[in-house]
Amino acid sequence: MSQLINMFSYHFMQRALVVGILVSLCAALLGVSLVLKRYSMIGDGLSHVGFGALAIASAFNLAPLAVAVPVVVAAAVLLLRLRQNAAVKGDAAIAMISSSALAIGVICVSLTTGMNTDVSSYMFGSVLSLSSSDALLSVMLSLAVLGLFILFYPRLFAVTFDESFSRATGTRTELYNTLLAVLTAITVVLGMRMMGALLISSLIIFPALSAMCLCRSFKSVVVTSAAISVICFLLGLMSSYFLETPTGASIVVADLICYALFRLLGKRK
Amino acid sequence: MTILECKDLCFSYEGKRVLEGVNFSLSAGDYLCVVGENGSGKSTLIKGLLGLKPPEEGSIAFSGGLKSTEIGYLPQQTQVQRDFPASVYEVVLSGCLNSLGTSLFYSRALKQRALENMERMGIEDLKSESYQALSGGQQQRVLLARALCATKKLLLLDEPVTGLDPIASGEMYNLIKLINLCDNISVIMVSHDIHEAVRYATHILHLGHRQLFFGTAAEYRESSLARRFLGGGRI
Repeated sequence: MSQLINMFSYHFMQRALVVGILVSLCAALLGVSLVLKRYSMIGDGLSHVGFGALAIASAFNLAPLAVAVPVVVAAAVLLLRLRQNAAVKGDAAIAMISSSALAIGVICVSLTTGMNTDVSSYMFGSVLSLSSSDALLSVMLSLAVLGLFILFYPRLFAVTFDESFSRATGTRTELYNTLLAVLTAITVVLGMRMMGALLISSLIIFPALSAMCLCRSFKSVVVTSAAISVICFLLGLMSSYFLETPTGASIVVADLICYALFRLLGKRK
Repeated sequence: MTILECKDLCFSYEGKRVLEGVNFSLSAGDYLCVVGENGSGKSTLIKGLLGLKPPEEGSIAFSGGLKSTEIGYLPQQTQVQRDFPASVYEVVLSGCLNSLGTSLFYSRALKQRALENMERMGIEDLKSESYQALSGGQQQRVLLARALCATKKLLLLDEPVTGLDPIASGEMYNLIKLINLCDNISVIMVSHDIHEAVRYATHILHLGHRQLFFGTAAEYRESSLARRFLGGGRI
């Protein structure tokens, strides 16, 4: 217990705790809709775009979040449009955009600062990388994501379950799809400082998949996946502190173990 | 009382005509069955009626207090829905979406409406069951209850018995007819099961890239078109 108190006496740990819990909540809530709509890969694609944006921001000494948030939001809207047009198939478009963004980011980095610890922290995440202004912005944005998700919950459910019915009864489905994409983009950018660009998408996908093994209603899936997400984040954070493993990777492994457990429980029922 | 009137409707996809010359009207309490082969323009007509695809020419006029967003639509099921984790109640309640207006959450009255429609469909016992665990026939009842939440006047059913076994199909047809007669809700049903269509419907619209027939089911039975379509045999 004293070790725990000791752990949270560091400022960076307190920041990581607050931001991490909020981002985990956002990711879990959005994840349910994204997984069910077969949009899981969008989170992965966006994180690569986020990496590119962060690399460019650090090359030009700009505030990382202020650059990354608008760029990734724009990429999210673009991906959604590409999906609808079907000139390039959805998954191909995601692969194209994400690897291009990654390539541009890598070139940008190698031309300027070189592969330093900063860049590695973008790839694999670090609890140390959160500055206090970053943390404040993260808290505000994630509260906005949570608020919007709760306020539009009935509409987001309807659009997730049956887009053609919702559209036929006069719901502006494109608006809500865009809302979903924008909220995901913000969550990805906020989460990738801690989780890393390569690992953030698991924060979105795992809790939803675990919850779906056991729960029968949409609401219970949403609530359970939020709980799983926060608990796995806490376990990951603590094990990374005590075992000195990387934070992002520890959280992913906690999520993986949790998924395996739920899967087994779901089978036994 | 006429609730829907279509005049000289034409639809095109990328400049190519897929359906033309559609003229029909629907009165309160009518049961219209839209028949035709695959690719004859049935789905296009549905999209037009729902306001999802504007007609290239002609007009669709709703009257008697009906709006295009107040049609109880029963779409064909997608693979995503079949294994969707949602309770029956959540699915039915989502049919009340078009009554939400500017409010954010469902009111007590709307929740009551969802419960009443579940009783009408005989699925109140399944309220907290998972939608994905239901049989095909039960899933269609849930979607029908949801459609009833969205409308007071007109149901639009897109192949409602696809994938159902003969018993479940029969039950579904009877249920639809019951709603039509008891609640005076008009029905437009798209189907390629023409024998059943003629048995239950009051009116038939036969499409084949254009309107081949519109009239009462009795007239349709006597028409040469029906005889040819039904393989020469009388019904």
